[in-house]
Amino acid sequence: MKRKKRIGSIAFHVVCILFAVTSLYPILWLISSSLKESSQVFVDAANLIPKDFKIENYANGWKGFGGISFSRFFLNTFWVVILSVLGTVIVCPFVAYGFARMNFKFKRFWFLTVMLSLMLPAQVVMVPQYIMFNKFGWVNTYLPLIIPLWFGNAFFIFQHMQFIRSIPGELDEAAYLDGAGSFMVYRKVILPLIKPSIATSVIFQFYWKWDDFFGSLIYLSSPSKYTVSVALRLFSDPTSMTDWGAMFAMGVLTLAPPVLLFFCFQKNIVEGISTNGLKG
Amino acid sequence: MNKKKLKEQYGGYMYIAPWIIGFVFLTMIPFVCLIYFSFTDYSLLSTPQWAGIKNYLKVFTGDQKFIAALKVTFIYVLVSVPLKLIAALLVALLLNQKRRGIGIYRTLFYIPSIIGGSVAVAVMWRNLFSREGAFNALIELVTGFHPDISWVADPKTALGSLILMAVWQFGSPMLIFLAGLKNIPVSYYEAATVDGANKFQCFFSITLPMLSPIIFFNLIMQMINGFMTFTQGLVVTNGGPMNKTLFYQLYVYQQGFEDFRMGYASALSCILLVIVLVFTAFAFKSSDAWVFYESEGKK
Repeated sequence: MKRKKRIGSIAFHVVCILFAVTSLYPILWLISSSLKESSQVFVDAANLIPKDFKIENYANGWKGFGGISFSRFFLNTFWVVILSVLGTVIVCPFVAYGFARMNFKFKRFWFLTVMLSLMLPAQVVMVPQYIMFNKFGWVNTYLPLIIPLWFGNAFFIFQHMQFIRSIPGELDEAAYLDGAGSFMVYRKVILPLIKPSIATSVIFQFYWKWDDFFGSLIYLSSPSKYTVSVALRLFSDPTSMTDWGAMFAMGVLTLAPPVLLFFCFQKNIVEGISTNGLKG
Repeated sequence: MNKKKLKEQYGGYMYIAPWIIGFVFLTMIPFVCLIYFSFTDYSLLSTPQWAGIKNYLKVFTGDQKFIAALKVTFIYVLVSVPLKLIAALLVALLLNQKRRGIGIYRTLFYIPSIIGGSVAVAVMWRNLFSREGAFNALIELVTGFHPDISWVADPKTALGSLILMAVWQFGSPMLIFLAGLKNIPVSYYEAATVDGANKFQCFFSITLPMLSPIIFFNLIMQMINGFMTFTQGLVVTNGGPMNKTLFYQLYVYQQGFEDFRMGYASALSCILLVIVLVFTAFAFKSSDAWVFYESEGKK
């Protein structure tokens, strides 16, 4: 019996390790190619260990294209991401508090609009949104990428609401008896208690915005304003690219922030996906 | 007194005002405009010209690329979503054991999904499956024969390589399944085992029915995402070869943002929305037959 258990355990680990190696192979290949001599990337391509580690690829890639280096693209992206996350953090809990704790006319109707937004794919209204932002003169600025996030995101509003509903109403009552207004209750009672939910929203918003490609692609036209996703696409244009090593090196760098984030906040991310159904 | 009553009835609006403004200006008005623009000719430079049902007529009668895009997107959704969910469920079952190292494996299997939607991974995929890429080199290593084919550039295999890329990112549904599996009471399995049920019977009579609401949730989410696929189609293959990877959203993008036919792109978007709604409604309708909600106590 003991022996049978042991064989089962070994079989389990063998299957898992084989599977992990297969699914991680492409990523390992990307990292190894970023360290290979450009002429070597597609010769002996399956080999994961570079002949001599060519760190210069990273320096060469960092120079970017058209006189704009990747420090610019990373800085642009950080700006967009930080301002988007800030909007999410300030607005979503505020709106969620209104829905979860206030009673007002037509509340059901407005809550229905939140639920509707959860289901409808936002990409469908991309064309009229573009036309609107174009009328505002916002094309080729970061405003269309940032401003919409300052009006709340249905996913996070819903998530915060669930969280607020689990907080006993007696806490609010006690604060009201002490003479606090509704905003004071929000700031002093609710906000400190929903910190975990807010942390999850920060991580996911960072992660979605960092990966966002479609928005940057249609709204940003001058290369000096590019975020890393569009910059990398132009940088890797197959018709002009020859420095493969440098291209893969920049690919690795653009993946680094979300991967680091994942390893630091794994618990929040796993919970966000598995219990709140956030899009991973 | 009256003032107090007013405050009670409308005070909450102070809090949800951002949402209302956002919903009206970023969803509702654009949505109404979308429908209006779909009946016009509009190139951004001039004012929209009313064109009646011309755009729709053209889409349904004389647009080969629309047919191609529809075909690509349907094949992609109908093949990649079930495969991805099956992979996710199998891996979740594998990881739903009490063994050492489960946490590490879960992390490792999830890594492709964290970075999957990025441009860097799309670029990587393009090169991995090119003629001289690592995939062919690996085949040569194992079989000694070098396949002279670029998987992403051959019309027969291009869509398949993108489906593989989607299935590779099974991480999110895997995590959701894993959480669902942990919620099934162990006593159910114990009772079934006492009654002489084997593992397969347990799986089909306990695990699957108990998981069905979660399978349903994953199905809806993945399906909608599948219909909206864009980055992979643009970066890996740019719709080619011969429109074999022309995803619907990519076609909308080409019409709207490369050729500036905003009216036509709007009509295409409206049609996509209807398709997604029909699919979702169909899924909900069918769910009565196969999704099991424990609290109802009936199938």
